[in-house]
Amino acid sequence: MTQDFTSCTNVGPITVTVKEGKVVRVRPLVAEPGDFRPWTIEAGGRRYSPPRKFNIAPFVLSERDRLYSEDRIRTPLKRVNFDPKGERNPESRGRVGFEPISWDEAIEIVAGELKRVKDAHGPSAIAAMTSSHHNWGNVGYKMSAFSRFFNLIGHTPVLDNPDSWEGWHWGATHSYGFYWRLGMPEPYDMLEDALQNAQMIVFWSNDPDSTRGIYTGQDAAIWRQWLKEKGVKMVFIDPFHNYTAAAMGGKWIAPRIGTDTAIAMAIAHVWITEQTYDSQYVADRTVGFDEFRDYILGKADGCPKTPAWAEEQSGIAARTVKALAREWASKRTVLSSGARGGEGGACRQAYGTEWARMMVLLQAMQGLGKPGISIWGTSMGAPVDAGVWFPGYGDLEGRISTSRAAAACPENPVAQRLYRPIVPDAILNPPVHWLGEGFCNRSLEQQFIPYTYPAPGCSEVKLWYRYGGSFVGTMTDTSKWVRMYQSPKLEFVVNQDIWWSSETGFADIILPACTQLERDDIGEWGEPGGQTKHGSSGCNFRVVVRMKKCIEPLWESKSDYEIFTLLARKLGVEAAYTEGNTERDWARKIFEISDLPKRISWEDFERKGYYIINAPEQRKFTPGLRWFAEGRACDTPDPRNPKLGTDKAHELGTYSGKIEFVSESLEKAFPDDAERPIMPHFIPSWEGHQSPLASRYPLQLLTPHPRYSFHTHYDKHARWLDEIPLHRVVKNGFAYWPARINPRDASARGIENGDVIKLHNDRAAVLCAAVVTERVRQGVVHSPVSSAKYDPLEPGNPRSVDRGGCVALLTPGRMMSQNVPGMAPNSCLVEVEKWNG
Amino acid sequence: MTRYGMVIDVDRCTGCFNCFLACRDEHAGNDHRPVSAAQPAGHSWIKVQELERGSFPKVKVSYVPVPCLQCTDAPCMRAATGGAMARRADGIVIIDPDKAIGQRDIVSACPYGAVFWNDVENLPQKCTFCAHLLDDGWTEPRCVEACPVQALVFGDLEDPTSDVARLIAQKPVEALAPVPAEPPPVRYLGLPTRFVAGEIVLGDGSEECAEGVSVSLRKGQQTFTISTDNYGDFEFLGLEADTEYVLSIEHAGYERFELHWNSSADPNIGTIVIERAG
Repeated sequence: MTQDFTSCTNVGPITVTVKEGKVVRVRPLVAEPGDFRPWTIEAGGRRYSPPRKFNIAPFVLSERDRLYSEDRIRTPLKRVNFDPKGERNPESRGRVGFEPISWDEAIEIVAGELKRVKDAHGPSAIAAMTSSHHNWGNVGYKMSAFSRFFNLIGHTPVLDNPDSWEGWHWGATHSYGFYWRLGMPEPYDMLEDALQNAQMIVFWSNDPDSTRGIYTGQDAAIWRQWLKEKGVKMVFIDPFHNYTAAAMGGKWIAPRIGTDTAIAMAIAHVWITEQTYDSQYVADRTVGFDEFRDYILGKADGCPKTPAWAEEQSGIAARTVKALAREWASKRTVLSSGARGGEGGACRQAYGTEWARMMVLLQAMQGLGKPGISIWGTSMGAPVDAGVWFPGYGDLEGRISTSRAAAACPENPVAQRLYRPIVPDAILNPPVHWLGEGFCNRSLEQQFIPYTYPAPGCSEVKLWYRYGGSFVGTMTDTSKWVRMYQSPKLEFVVNQDIWWSSETGFADIILPACTQLERDDIGEWGEPGGQTKHGSSGCNFRVVVRMKKCIEPLWESKSDYEIFTLLARKLGVEAAYTEGNTERDWARKIFEISDLPKRISWEDFERKGYYIINAPEQRKFTPGLRWFAEGRACDTPDPRNPKLGTDKAHELGTYSGKIEFVSESLEKAFPDDAERPIMPHFIPSWEGHQSPLASRYPLQLLTPHPRYSFHTHYDKHARWLDEIPLHRVVKNGFAYWPARINPRDASARGIENGDVIKLHNDRAAVLCAAVVTERVRQGVVHSPVSSAKYDPLEPGNPRSVDRGGCVALLTPGRMMSQNVPGMAPNSCLVEVEKWNG
Repeated sequence: MTRYGMVIDVDRCTGCFNCFLACRDEHAGNDHRPVSAAQPAGHSWIKVQELERGSFPKVKVSYVPVPCLQCTDAPCMRAATGGAMARRADGIVIIDPDKAIGQRDIVSACPYGAVFWNDVENLPQKCTFCAHLLDDGWTEPRCVEACPVQALVFGDLEDPTSDVARLIAQKPVEALAPVPAEPPPVRYLGLPTRFVAGEIVLGDGSEECAEGVSVSLRKGQQTFTISTDNYGDFEFLGLEADTEYVLSIEHAGYERFELHWNSSADPNIGTIVIERAG
């Protein structure tokens, strides 16, 4: 006897089959064919319509393996030499083992420590940090159940850095606004525009087959097939011949890392000297072009930014840059410079702001917003019904910590903040200073707010509460996290997670949470809301899923909500935390404040488990930025555009309301910043092929997002993925992380395909399996970030060689530039040698 | 009478491995007797092969998923003894999980590496087209359901209106090598072939790509001629294997370039600089 349940992961909705209390099958959500009403786009005499199905990311199909993983934390655990009433031995974190304890004892210790630290030092001494996307759902997501608890007791939150799109956040916003989208352009109707109008797509530092619209699975893969079949020419600019390039074919241009900005400037040089830019658009829709033109032509600094100049920097022949520039200008060209239009490894390196700004300015020179001339990642922008409101976790209403679905929402009384990429620096060597409030979605000026830790009147952090996932595999120079954990400054460390992750073993107490298949929730696929509103337009169908509890929590695990409820009870604030609600009650309350009750009853939704919000039959075509190009008021359904409905609705979010070649917001804040000048400049990397360090470490390490896992999720916990030879390479029974290397670089070092190799520099040493391939340019090693397996040969030693493939250990902790607190992992020099250990 | 088949479109496959993982989810730890025992770790009942061709920067990559081809004249069936294998009326070739115990020859008989040995159960195992699901009313196996780009097309070969039958009727489908005498129910579109590609640069000291240069490829008496594109690039696709080819470049005022090779391998051509004549 089997029973099917519905659920939604962070990268796709699923149907879960349970037999005798055990999950036996996880497949893409099965919906009744009659519930789908596919949209149709007409272009070039053809009609394009998506199939009636949901296309999930590969690793979601390993969900069952992850559910029953040997890596699950089965019981509450206490470090064997940790005694909250006696010796705490913090320096041995990560070196010694754990012993099971009861939930009663675990809650007693954790609640007791929360109370002790708060009483002694105030709530600012408690810090709590989440990872991104180890689960999904309006109730269980980190900003919801987690935040409600910590807001209630008070804590120092950790501000996230925009880790995947740094340069767009800190750079492009000053060129074209969209700070409310954290630097991303609006995605509306971009698919229809491209199918009807695009003649060429330039994928610049973008691999949508790996990044998949972030949360929208593989629904957009077929769009690219359509564009390919239609004959749209594709160009890929990437040091790695990426997966989308493999699938699409087309022209591959492989520059040295850190030189993309030079190529962009040389393209501008061709357009200026050959008069092939849209001068009317530049005159009407932009400011500061004359100064930019003079810089490009070398009038300002005596250095014309010619294709020959770019060739010296990038290794790309001047003739190739010229040919690209000419073709770009002669065709209606989409610039696909990251998953959401923006993103891309080129923006996660030294001075990545300059590249991101140049991407905007290049398209401005071609008439950004005109038919087929867009900034579009090719993985968002399907027709959607934006009129049906369902809140995402990024919307205040979509979280139980801030939603009107709750009777009351406690506010965190603590003003102090930490900043994710420099948390260990803050703990180990305070004070630290930085600029910007992490995700700056309210204004451009939010990026300039100075912060200091410890904040005036606040305590240094004594209690560290880590929740879900690990940063050893994703941040930069990450062995400093190990050093932080071993500091006596952290009197108490909790780790609440589902699986053993890279930071779990550094805790004093470990609390086992359950997966979302073991609890109740609700969520819309692919829709973060907030600053990525209508991200679900990367799906062919909007679908809200009732995430059902499919099985009871395994072993002794409990849902995060239940764990926080137990702690709240112990601390005497249970009623304020739960308001008497179960997770299912909260799910229903979120449902009830949304627009869904106008379309389906709770009972029917509960029975079916999902509701598809089809695109309207009569659609109004409002492509992103067409309004701007045509000088009209914004007509896209972008709810956070602050100028909507005002007399400035035809303007962008910059100070001038236009695209700014010379940024007025940067001129006001930092008129003399040589590292993020008011107008973009090419600045050689502080750790690049020309750096003195290159004599010792001559290879540039490229660490893009992985294709077969998500952040540090699924990798390691789902062993099925180890059998995907492109994800990990099994050698002598151990699943190594792959590092791709050009045959010439490999043979110079006596390395053969499949060899275990050591990637090393002054920061770390990491073992990987060599994949010798023509798909990576000489001088570059390609190895994705996000290994979930931190496996030091000497556990607890931050200097140890890691054999798990955490290449983030190698990357520099230095921020992008002096006033830009973005991380720059792709400015990383290494040497590689065969490992004979 | 239904006879199941599949067309695998290599041109569409993006190498996402959804098919492999869906297969694993369906079979790992799940016993579907009588058609299959549970799939252990290490088996790829649909194996996705990444094939890289060419040299930097003229590289091509193909992903070729290989399930059991359900061969019409199946070598594995000939190797089986004691009724360990049978072909169902719908054409699906089944290894009986009870009768095939110990029969390693079934693994080695398969020329495609599509049969796997289960060390613990002492059993040969392979793809069944998810026969247990088809018998339960499903219209397609798990791998096909999970494919995001319809690179796997499944259906009834006997029904001329089915997608799979139409593809076979209309498109140049091929059998995977080694090609058997009888075409198997699983066939391919876009299997990778030899190609030659390069960039031509005119040694004229300019910074311009050599667009519109005539490039010829000769095979025996046949000659194909194309022009370089705006990057000076040229590309000939669909070359035959183990064949003598001659590539020649002729451009007025420049020296003639000629390259002879045998297509047992892809030539490493890279950038060809042709110098001014005289």
